[in-house]
Amino acid sequence: MTATEEAAIPGPAAEPQSAVQVQHLDVSYRVRGRDRLALRDVSFQVGRNESYGLVGESGSGKSTVALALTRYLPRNGRVSGGSIRIGGRDPLVMNAAELRDLRARSVSMVYQEPGKALNPSIRVGRQVAEVYEVAGIGRADAIERSEAMLRKVQISDAGQVMQRYPHQLSGGMAQRVVIAMALAAEPELLILDEPTTALDATVEAEVLELIAGLREQLDTSLLFISHNLAVIAKMCDRVGVLYAGELIEEGPAQELFDQPRHPYTMGLLRCIPRQGQRKDHGRLDAIPGFLPAPGDEITGCIFAPRCPIAEQRCREAAPPAFDTGPGRTSRCYLHEETAHLPRNTPVDVQLSSPPRDAQPVIKVRNLAKTFTSRGQAVPALVGVNLDVERGETLGIVGESGSGKTTLARLLLGLIAPDAGSTIELAGQQLSADLKRRTDDQLKALQIVFQNPDSALNRRHTVRQLISRPLATLAGLSGSALAERLTDLVRSVRMEPRHLPLRPRQLSGGLKQRVAIARSFGGGPRIVVCDEPTSALDVSVQAAILNLLADLQAKEQVTYLFISHDLGLVRYLSDRIAVLYLGRVLELGPAERVFSGPHHPYTEALLSAVPSLDGQRTERIRLTGEIPSPANPPSGCVFHTRCPRRLTTGICESTEPPLAEVEPGHLMSCHIPIDQLATLQGTERT
Amino acid sequence: MTEAVAMPGGVVASDAERRDLPAWRLLLARPTFVVGALILLFWIACALFGTAIAPHDPLAQQLLGTNRPPSGAHWFGTDQLGRDVLSRVIVGAQSILIVAPLATVVGTVLGTALGLALGYFGGAVDLVVSRIVEAVLALPAILIIFMFVVALGVSTITQILVIGFIFTPLIARTVRSAVQVERQLDYLPAARLVGDRSFRIMFVEILPNVLPTVVVEFTVRLGYAIFTVATLAFLGFGPQLSTPDWGTDISANYALLGAGYWWETLFPALAIASLIIAINLVADAIDRVVAG
Repeated sequence: MTATEEAAIPGPAAEPQSAVQVQHLDVSYRVRGRDRLALRDVSFQVGRNESYGLVGESGSGKSTVALALTRYLPRNGRVSGGSIRIGGRDPLVMNAAELRDLRARSVSMVYQEPGKALNPSIRVGRQVAEVYEVAGIGRADAIERSEAMLRKVQISDAGQVMQRYPHQLSGGMAQRVVIAMALAAEPELLILDEPTTALDATVEAEVLELIAGLREQLDTSLLFISHNLAVIAKMCDRVGVLYAGELIEEGPAQELFDQPRHPYTMGLLRCIPRQGQRKDHGRLDAIPGFLPAPGDEITGCIFAPRCPIAEQRCREAAPPAFDTGPGRTSRCYLHEETAHLPRNTPVDVQLSSPPRDAQPVIKVRNLAKTFTSRGQAVPALVGVNLDVERGETLGIVGESGSGKTTLARLLLGLIAPDAGSTIELAGQQLSADLKRRTDDQLKALQIVFQNPDSALNRRHTVRQLISRPLATLAGLSGSALAERLTDLVRSVRMEPRHLPLRPRQLSGGLKQRVAIARSFGGGPRIVVCDEPTSALDVSVQAAILNLLADLQAKEQVTYLFISHDLGLVRYLSDRIAVLYLGRVLELGPAERVFSGPHHPYTEALLSAVPSLDGQRTERIRLTGEIPSPANPPSGCVFHTRCPRRLTTGICESTEPPLAEVEPGHLMSCHIPIDQLATLQGTERT
Repeated sequence: MTEAVAMPGGVVASDAERRDLPAWRLLLARPTFVVGALILLFWIACALFGTAIAPHDPLAQQLLGTNRPPSGAHWFGTDQLGRDVLSRVIVGAQSILIVAPLATVVGTVLGTALGLALGYFGGAVDLVVSRIVEAVLALPAILIIFMFVVALGVSTITQILVIGFIFTPLIARTVRSAVQVERQLDYLPAARLVGDRSFRIMFVEILPNVLPTVVVEFTVRLGYAIFTVATLAFLGFGPQLSTPDWGTDISANYALLGAGYWWETLFPALAIASLIIAINLVADAIDRVVAG
């Protein structure tokens, strides 16, 4: 290299104040010969050692920001305006070598799926060490440093983990490894794109805590991207809210969530059941409408079509970013009126206590299911007893692998239970075999699946999909069928014009409405809702929950509501069953289960959920991994992870019975309830 | 931007309803498809109206004008009996375009039904039948077909059935794996819960979803069928000698290549090649459109 060339390369810039500076960024994707703007005039900066959150629904452009920063945009995407500076350098003008250097040393990314970020055929240790080797560190040294880094991300047996392949790690462990790799290069900026979305709540809590802890130790700025407002609120100093590619509001995290100054932020917050809100307190306030499609020509404010207070000027000219307080901006003309935003959905409480039948609508005794995997018996559900009343919602919670879905499929007759199990429908024994169930029994039990893309036949039209149960289960035909079809379509708030469409022509929320309409077609008595909103955006989720609550009030149907989201379960459920390793550990009225005293496992689940309400309960850490159901622990199955395990050894030796600790509240724990109440600082009534 | 219409209950029916281009528009946007389809259409027209299009009678012998090279009067020359090669190539499309598609239809229908059943029911039957299928696939198809044709005698019907049967396990295997993907989806339990039985689930629920795979498989197999039919004809199991047929004509004339009468072999061979290429172009385009 000659002296002149050397001089042309700028020396290390004077320490810039911000780790990331994005100004007026436009990004467009070329789809079918047309450029469609995915980001519009986005400006924000992430300060040194700051944690900045980007929050938004799917399609808002969150991930596009991350991709643009590291120049990982797909081939049809390009930065069409604005500027990016990372540590004072512009990634947009870098050549290949500089870009590689930027990615190797300055910026690291952690994605949603840890499984996809790791190479399945290379041992973990090798993959982590590689990061050091790229940075020019010797092989032996690199391995040593890798082990130290894995310990830093709280992997206790780091040496062992390094010998494993990625598929031998649990999701939480794999994400720790990915984080370790991301931090190995000691980057100035760590971009986390939905890092905990694929994880269980308890694991999510651990990973978030880990990230928060590492931030204090390391000299790293964070760009945290998530759809989950509570996670962002917990993890970030400042937050930007993205909507349809525009940064519509920005400010310090807690302030912004406490006093949003944009109708969209306000709307999002109202979509989430908070502070113990329940279905009999009123409906959630859903945001009407949908995100505009990328590339739609928009004049005026992009949120105006869905905004309850939009005025003429909102539709005519896009609002500039208004200064709404120290460090806060909002792209809304009416930012001062946001606090008094009218509700989109009427409160509309239909209090109805259904007449109790003489017997429970569904009665389950000793329900068990053992799968066989590679010649080994794997009990997925063990001796479950449940009574569910008419018109009631039984929430079923538990981590993945706890047997929630197995329970649902057993009830529906989709899989056969072990011998000795009984399921009774209103006093009548149900056959385990779906084909042997009578038409009435078939009609009685229906399900709304988690993912409508999978549950709706993509080649059938909405009309075909909803008509089918009307024809087979309700036995309708001709004009009677057509009439009922129209009713049903309207009752899920869709219109007859949707009937000729196929699922892929519908948005996620509409698809789930079709699935709900189908499950109600035969006039069911029990509808299993298996994570019905987990594939949906927050604003859509609220509308679906409202719909479920309305339909229940109208049809007196019983719900088995399965969800990993405790806030949703609390909102919709009358009673709650907590499952762990296929066993019911706690069963009781929703309010009692949530307010406590509760089972230590329930306590751990609850404290794992990040809350938007600020009131941080002291978190109980669950240590260790969920044991394999093939080899459940002796005694109480939860004792290996229980933070309140008794020292007497009884937890290890004897399985506690599921006993009534107060009227209607059952628990499987050796600790007396009074003692639990003291430990958990809750009061007994 | 799209108009958003507020509806009762807070739902807005904005149009997140994507209107995708129909499949045929996507196909027409692919030059390979257009070229393939045009060639295919040309040969289909020849098969249908061959005698009308052909400049000469393909059977008319001209014993004074044998083995004439291509000229203004006979663009593709004449063969050893003085018949017009161009006319024989045009009319010869007929026999191959009857046997090959029908055989492929037989194979596709049987293979799809078998594949649906194997993929849907799985278990022991699937295990046993799949092994048999693999055994059949291990043998060169042409050998098996040859054996059967020899045993059963040459006739159009035999050819159609034998080729169809040989294609059945091939197609079944592809359909089976497509069905296994569908098996993982929740619309199957959803159908069982409204009381649908296996037969309906297979043919009304699953079949429409694996149909794209079936269409691709059909076009790919059609190419093989053309090749197989031509080979059989070349080996002497085609139509009677006088009937114009590409394979038979090559077989009858290739010995004269040494004498320099290349046109008598080249043009029927080009016809076979162009038809197979056309079908593969179409198959490839359909495959890409199906795959998205």
